[in-house]
Amino acid sequence: MDTIREFITKVEKEIDGISPGTLQPATNYRDLPEWSSMHALVLIALAETDYNVTLTGEDLRGCKTVQDLYDVISKRTN
Amino acid sequence: MANCWPKSCDSIEQFILLDPTLFLHLSMPVTICGASYHQPKKIYSNQDFFKEFPESIGASLEKTGVVSRAVADKSEVSSDLALAAAEKLIEQENIDRSRIGLLVYCSADFDYYTPATACVLHGKLDLPSSCGAMDLTLGCSAYIYALSAIKGMMETNGIENALLLTASTLTRLIHPKDRSNRFLFGDAGSATLISNKQEGSIGPFVFGTDGKGFEKIMVRDGYLRHPYTNASWIDRKDEFGNVTNDGSFFMDGLNVFLFSVRVVPKMIAEVLAKASMKQDEIDLFIFHQPNVFLNETLRKKMNIPEEKFVHCMDKFGNTVQATIPIAISESIRNGRLKPGMNVLLAGFGVGLSWAATIVRF
Repeated sequence: MDTIREFITKVEKEIDGISPGTLQPATNYRDLPEWSSMHALVLIALAETDYNVTLTGEDLRGCKTVQDLYDVISKRTN
Repeated sequence: MANCWPKSCDSIEQFILLDPTLFLHLSMPVTICGASYHQPKKIYSNQDFFKEFPESIGASLEKTGVVSRAVADKSEVSSDLALAAAEKLIEQENIDRSRIGLLVYCSADFDYYTPATACVLHGKLDLPSSCGAMDLTLGCSAYIYALSAIKGMMETNGIENALLLTASTLTRLIHPKDRSNRFLFGDAGSATLISNKQEGSIGPFVFGTDGKGFEKIMVRDGYLRHPYTNASWIDRKDEFGNVTNDGSFFMDGLNVFLFSVRVVPKMIAEVLAKASMKQDEIDLFIFHQPNVFLNETLRKKMNIPEEKFVHCMDKFGNTVQATIPIAISESIRNGRLKPGMNVLLAGFGVGLSWAATIVRF
């Protein structure tokens, strides 16, 4: 599993309009001005294609911060 | 085109008369021999969209792969699009109307409560009285189900040619302020010719349904279960600012995405196993086209090479029942799909429903 920093770099690359360094582990990604329904799908796709982890709607509802999301994915990869 | 009954017989009927028991074992291979489509004249481009919704984030929506989509006006119903596509196909493939033995119309939109729209289209297309006609209602997986029904009817009844028509004018039911779905969906009709062909085949098939998920994609009100009431038009807004109501189209995009990621790779593995084929024996993958981003996620997850995977969204958007035949028609036209190829077709979505098959062209 990637480190949290590597994970953040991937997320920043996938979410359009975000400059590198914008996201921190404690960032609530829903508060981003760029946040849209498409970005929720981007996160699901990233988990699927890069980590082979299938996120559920419940997983996403339960996550607030980038760290929460990272923790869910890393638990499933172990 | 070669038929499979003995040369001493002039027709399938003679063949069956000689030995009626053979009828039980009669199986003439059929395959797709041509496809065509028709779009309404009115085009709604991304420029038009961003003028109407200036607050939308372009780069994000453009991940869906849609550049423009055609939108039917009020005077144009789905069967008009199917009819135009059928006339185009008849001309393009030089089809003798008197030799069409089956017409299937596949849509969620019908001209009348009764009769079947396929019967209306049969008359408009001037097809012979010996031609069967029926409607088939389903959404994004409809094309595959229809292929299976048509293959079965053709092979067990000695039908030489069939027309499969699909059409969608879903944009009429999308709330004007439902940004996501206004961006994604387009209207179109399609026509496919399925004929006897010794060297081609359709099948095997895999089907699936999650009926408990029927509310994930639906128009709730306006039919028998929930007739329109004043409450049908009370708007609600989701967390991303898309507006809909019970009288308009609704799609739970997030859960439909999750459903697709869960179901499609498994379905592809199942249809390959049923055909005793390996993934690399497939020459082309043509999936339903909900959006490029979802299909790219599926492609990467299944390790399908880019050159074997068809995206066909840019000029069309998601046209529901019509996406697969449009992609087939475009792939034939641009030379990606050639005779002799093994093509894996997969539909998935409203129902929730899914289906896949392998066609040897």
